[in-house]
Amino acid sequence: MFGFKKKEKIDSFTASGENAIANKEVEGLSQGQIVLKRFLRHKAAVISVIFLASIIALVFSAVNSSIGPIKINGWWKWGTEDLPSLRTEGCGDGTVGCPSFSLMPKFLGGSGIQFGDHPFGQDDIGRDYFALVMKGTQRSILVMFVIGIFAATIGTVIGAVAGYFRGTIDNVLMRLTDFIITIPAVIVGSVIGAKFGNLGALVLAAYLGLFAWTGLARLVRGEFLTLREREFVDAARVAGASTRRIIFKHILPNAVGVIIVSVTLLLSGAILLETALSYLGFGVVPPDVSLGLLINQYQDAFTTRPYLFWYPGFFIIGIALSINFIGDGLRDAFDPRQKQRLTKKDRQNAKVLERDAA
Amino acid sequence: MSNPILEVQDFSVDFWVDGVWYPAAIKMNFELHPGKVLAIVGESGSGKSTTALGLMSLLASNAKMSGSVKVRDQEMLNANSATLRKFRGKEVAYIFQEPMTALNPIYTIGFQVVETLRTHFDLSPKRARARAVELFTLVEIPNPEQSFDKYPHQLSGGQRQRAMIAQALACDPGLLVADEPTTALDVTVQAEILDLMRGLKDKLNSAILLITHDMGVVADMADEILVMKDGLTVERGSADQIFNRPGHPYTQQLLAAVPKLGSSKRRELAHRDDAQVKPVLKLTDVSIEYPKRGRIPAFLAVKDFNLEIYPGEIVGLVGESGSGKTTVGRAAIGLLPIKQGAIEVVGNDISRATQKDLSAIRRHTGIVFQDPASSLNPRLPIGESIGEPIFLAGLAKGADLAHKVEDLLDQVELPRSYRNRYPHELSGGQRQRVGIARALALTPDLLIADEPTSALDVSVQARFLDLLQDLQVKLNFACLFISHDLAVVDILAHRIAVMQNGLLVEIGDRDQILKHPANEYTKRLIAAVPVPDPAEQKIRREARLATKN
Repeated sequence: MFGFKKKEKIDSFTASGENAIANKEVEGLSQGQIVLKRFLRHKAAVISVIFLASIIALVFSAVNSSIGPIKINGWWKWGTEDLPSLRTEGCGDGTVGCPSFSLMPKFLGGSGIQFGDHPFGQDDIGRDYFALVMKGTQRSILVMFVIGIFAATIGTVIGAVAGYFRGTIDNVLMRLTDFIITIPAVIVGSVIGAKFGNLGALVLAAYLGLFAWTGLARLVRGEFLTLREREFVDAARVAGASTRRIIFKHILPNAVGVIIVSVTLLLSGAILLETALSYLGFGVVPPDVSLGLLINQYQDAFTTRPYLFWYPGFFIIGIALSINFIGDGLRDAFDPRQKQRLTKKDRQNAKVLERDAA
Repeated sequence: MSNPILEVQDFSVDFWVDGVWYPAAIKMNFELHPGKVLAIVGESGSGKSTTALGLMSLLASNAKMSGSVKVRDQEMLNANSATLRKFRGKEVAYIFQEPMTALNPIYTIGFQVVETLRTHFDLSPKRARARAVELFTLVEIPNPEQSFDKYPHQLSGGQRQRAMIAQALACDPGLLVADEPTTALDVTVQAEILDLMRGLKDKLNSAILLITHDMGVVADMADEILVMKDGLTVERGSADQIFNRPGHPYTQQLLAAVPKLGSSKRRELAHRDDAQVKPVLKLTDVSIEYPKRGRIPAFLAVKDFNLEIYPGEIVGLVGESGSGKTTVGRAAIGLLPIKQGAIEVVGNDISRATQKDLSAIRRHTGIVFQDPASSLNPRLPIGESIGEPIFLAGLAKGADLAHKVEDLLDQVELPRSYRNRYPHELSGGQRQRVGIARALALTPDLLIADEPTSALDVSVQARFLDLLQDLQVKLNFACLFISHDLAVVDILAHRIAVMQNGLLVEIGDRDQILKHPANEYTKRLIAAVPVPDPAEQKIRREARLATKN
């Protein structure tokens, strides 16, 4: 009852003046709530979030994994080092280690809906391929996030400093950015991979992050150049705010939309870069596994045992695609100009607001 | 009487937002005869522009229209797009508020007029060009032949608006819809454009549907007036009737809120002993330059500017856009470096001050910005915005700070619960109150108000000015009030300074400037201000034309 009354009061205060009708949609909501509301409207993005979250949950719980101090014991019966005997039954044509995963029910002539011992099959020496793919996806996702964190931090700081201080600092930083952009990512990656690949996947990822920040830095700089001219920045300066406070408290939160969106899109680029490098042999090196490495190792088997190709490929495409959709949804959510499309059905279902004709 | 060119019956517009139809214009009824001017007036959000755009189905796809709109007895609502295209431009032409955005920047103005002409008539390029030049001559664009090949950015604001009028007139339309045609222009230019429109209407016998919020412009132009509020027609009548015998309380309220030049009472300064009182703000021979950036040469925005403001005094600084008045305001508070001269704030010289010195001086100053939408951080609740100066000055923290913020909200007459609101939830007038609260947070000796009312509706402006006056009397701060609107300055200021092209042309007591201006420019400025009274406006107009010829 009380809450209802309060809502009414808000209406009477905000229902007049410019953009009154356009503002109906955001009445009484904080910025975060508005963004969330718009994001939830983007169906593909919401499905992608669920999909990505399930993939992450699956790959990190299935086989033994460690992220820093956290250790998880996998529930899957095989590990990446186990060497079970090669499965021969039901493979036909003299191949061995074929996948036991099947969706075809028995009454249609298939082997029934089942996972079996080795749902994704086995590799040459009998290692369980499901465990290998899980481990590889773990690596790829970790590499992706490490690249993302490094690139986001460096890009934001360089972009913010260049955009806020302008002048010589801006020139120096932006020419540095231009210089790094001119070096093709694959070449940078292969040099780094050849040099640091044997130090482990995460060190490699950190080094790759040092080269992936350029696009973000440019965007953040642009955003800072616009925002620093806004009157609220002057107001903060008049109030006596220090440069640091202006950058972190006043400008950065307003640029957060741009940063989140472009970091998300950067992540999908990062996972593709990692797989590309590993495929070329410059990224993650054996005995470690990653999705690109798996594809590289079994590319010769494509004609006879294509499943060794499909499963890692499916995870690469699934992750990259869902991150792209999430990025899309976030961009729409942060951009106030993005309006909901009005369909015929919406038109018919809409309520008519009665206004007393006073 | 001739047939009406425009007949509108039961015309309603609704907008779809999040599953609900919100009415923007409700059951509009009016008609317009050739050679007449109908003005639709109302505050922002009243639905006047929506009505104007809806007439020719120019609204966004989330709008729903009903009723009937007839142009020359042809129904326009639900007409097919071929019919609409034929009538748009030829029978009904639009003049928009912002000529810079309404003209296409990548084509010359000549091309744009020729395009309109050749869409509707079979004309050879040569003859179309001749006709366009003829139109430019008609709307008094200087050097029409040369101007034909100019791009919009090469013209001044007034000339651009003339080019747009030329484009609108290209096909001799029977009806001109002018949506706030002079709002973006300076008063002197506004007066010229209004003269031009009136002359053209008489010459071509077209009808004008004028959409505006400025009662002065209405008094100058309108034969008939329709007052709108929240989508409803409040009152309709002849200009004489609406201005002199308004029937509806809202119309009376609207007219009362319009500031009238030379009508406010004289405000006495408490007492001033020149020998003892030191000025709060003292500018001596100040020049301000915008430094060279890339290929753009340095620009001297203010030259040899002298001004003194004493405690408890409000000084109005007026001038047209580009005259440098905002630059002076920003320099006075240390936001812009000065090239020459000296600025003293409360006895401290800030012209050579370091960042550290400035922060001490800033405790004595506050500033209210022009644009309420941009002057508050959209990510901070307004309570935090208001409290920031107090917090940074280290005067209060936590519960103490919250208490002070509540006091400030009380002072500017906003509910205390607004502390946790975000700026986008507030209307323009409320945001500007928050701006004042923030500026007054440290009880400054000097307040700079940079066009604080230019983005507000008249009734909101009237309340805002009352509030500012009350606060000034209570807290007795000195104020530099920057405005382009002489009528607003007239209400507030004790003294008025007039600027033109970076120079101070005249300064003096309010009455002296307004009643006996010495400078030619000041005289022109005062003569150009439209007065919300048709009879008086006619006298002023004739006097202005007499001086012009």
